[in-house]
Amino acid sequence: MPLEFEKPILELEKRIAELKETARSTGVDLEAEIRLLEERLARLKQEIYGNLTAWQRVQLARAPGRPTTLDVLEKAFQDFLELHGDRAFADDPAIVGGLAYLEGQKVVVVGHQKGRDTKENLYRNFGMPHPEGYRKAMRLMDLADRFGYPFLAFIDTPGAYPGVSAEERGQAWVIAQSIQRMSRLKVPAIALILGEGGSGGALAIGVANRVLILENAWYSVISPESCAAILWRDAKEAPKAAEALKLTARDLLAQKVVDAIIPEPEGGAHKDPLRAIQNIKEALLKTLEELKGLSPEELYQDRYRRFRALGAYAES
Amino acid sequence: MALERLFRRKRPSGVNRDVPELWTKCEACGVQLYKKEFRENLYVCPRCGHHHRMPASERVEMLADAGTFQETTGLKPLDPLGFVDTKPYAERLKAYQEETGRQDAILGGTCTIGGVPAVLLVMDYAFAGGSMGSVVGEEIARGAERAAAEGRALVIVAASGGARMQEAALSLMQMAKTVMSLDRLWAKRLPYVSILTDPTTGGVTASFAALADVIFAEPGALIGFAGPRVIRQTIRQELPEGFQRAEFLLKHGMVDRVTDRRKLKGELVRALRHLHPGVPYAVGV
Ligand SMILES: [Zn+2]
Repeated sequence: MPLEFEKPILELEKRIAELKETARSTGVDLEAEIRLLEERLARLKQEIYGNLTAWQRVQLARAPGRPTTLDVLEKAFQDFLELHGDRAFADDPAIVGGLAYLEGQKVVVVGHQKGRDTKENLYRNFGMPHPEGYRKAMRLMDLADRFGYPFLAFIDTPGAYPGVSAEERGQAWVIAQSIQRMSRLKVPAIALILGEGGSGGALAIGVANRVLILENAWYSVISPESCAAILWRDAKEAPKAAEALKLTARDLLAQKVVDAIIPEPEGGAHKDPLRAIQNIKEALLKTLEELKGLSPEELYQDRYRRFRALGAYAES
Repeated sequence: MALERLFRRKRPSGVNRDVPELWTKCEACGVQLYKKEFRENLYVCPRCGHHHRMPASERVEMLADAGTFQETTGLKPLDPLGFVDTKPYAERLKAYQEETGRQDAILGGTCTIGGVPAVLLVMDYAFAGGSMGSVVGEEIARGAERAAAEGRALVIVAASGGARMQEAALSLMQMAKTVMSLDRLWAKRLPYVSILTDPTTGGVTASFAALADVIFAEPGALIGFAGPRVIRQTIRQELPEGFQRAEFLLKHGMVDRVTDRRKLKGELVRALRHLHPGVPYAVGV
């Protein structure tokens, strides 16, 4: 299903395709009309995609067809071997992870996983992890440290699951532990926000030396809907909340919450997932190269300095 | 509410209606309480034992050894995002500052606790629901670093609805910052004790508050990640009795002890003395 603001573009594209088909089947010369419409399409795209609001970007971040963690692992990496389970309670399908090669480099990978259709979304709990998901992530961090392989984390969650069993099993505790565990990695760590970076459930695998973000992804302390429900007392004010939260890639770069923005194809990553995944791969390789050469202690200190410096306050 | 009417009828006769500030009532059982005694009883209802929220300054008084507390907090909040909802964040901050006489939602400093040198940090729920923005995060990180540098224990009393929305991603980053600062204590083998009070939820529970060497919780305190309202909306079911209360967390293995506030200082001192490598064997404090 197309997003609301994409519709005028899709309609125009459809009309152009129809005209082209008519021209081909009837042999009538419609070249001039088609060129006119194509020029209009280019202007329309520029107008819409060049002026995306924060709320439109949030919708792009959630668009069906946007690359998920598994899509990236399958297409940008080689021989991804998925590892399951937290060795304590269960396997959480909302977080996936395992071993892989990135252009021949051994890496340990982990990421939130949303479903690519309704059935899978139910299975994946819409990418909202339970405590066992974070325990699995921590187990993979241990593995990365033990073998000295870089740790790569893909963030794409509306948030950690707010449910009874999650609370019973210490959701807050595992998120805190995962933040701590990741901050102590002795290997290069990169986090990449693919789509949604919802609150502590996202940060739990986001304490990296470098944090990258796709152009239309968002990252904040709360979702725009929940923020609107609390501060405006109306979830329908989400577009206003999205604006106020300054949650877009460009805003986050200005706040130094992220270190680099990965460009998406025109209209968003779901328009050309392979192109987006190629951009992701290039960004990961470049960032790994930057972190090469740093000793385990330097990597730890680099992460400490990075997060220690974040915040805005005045001395008394 | 029927209970309230009952309590009004029971109001001691002869009390002048013009001086109602002398009296208050228990939020749980409704019993009439003489404020001065209530305060001396650390805001615990003498009848039903309900633990009421307590002002941050009195919390300091209750835990720090008399005359030893020296405040170190005082950083001022900014409005880095120019956040405006139904009211500008800058205005909200000003109102909270006037109301509490504090710059932000935390009060802390150095002191001794049962003779053990400590950095004591107390979150102030009266200031923006004790929410953690850049100031709270920075004060906690500095507190941990100061404790490590000066050989002090770290004691944090949590009372917070979570991260502060109006500083958005920067608030979220305070979770990482505070957690990482605790490593400085680890490196020096210094103790960190966390006291969870009503309420402690969201990004505060899910960061420094959960990572202490010893975790105390006050009876009946609401403690968790998601707030009960959000959970109820998500699962569309009523929540079990006692869910997310301190006793529930003790049962599920998340906290070490649920301690009555009137015994809290004693237990805190014992824990600090046990843990602090610089304190010799000592019983019966
Ligand atoms: Zn009572």
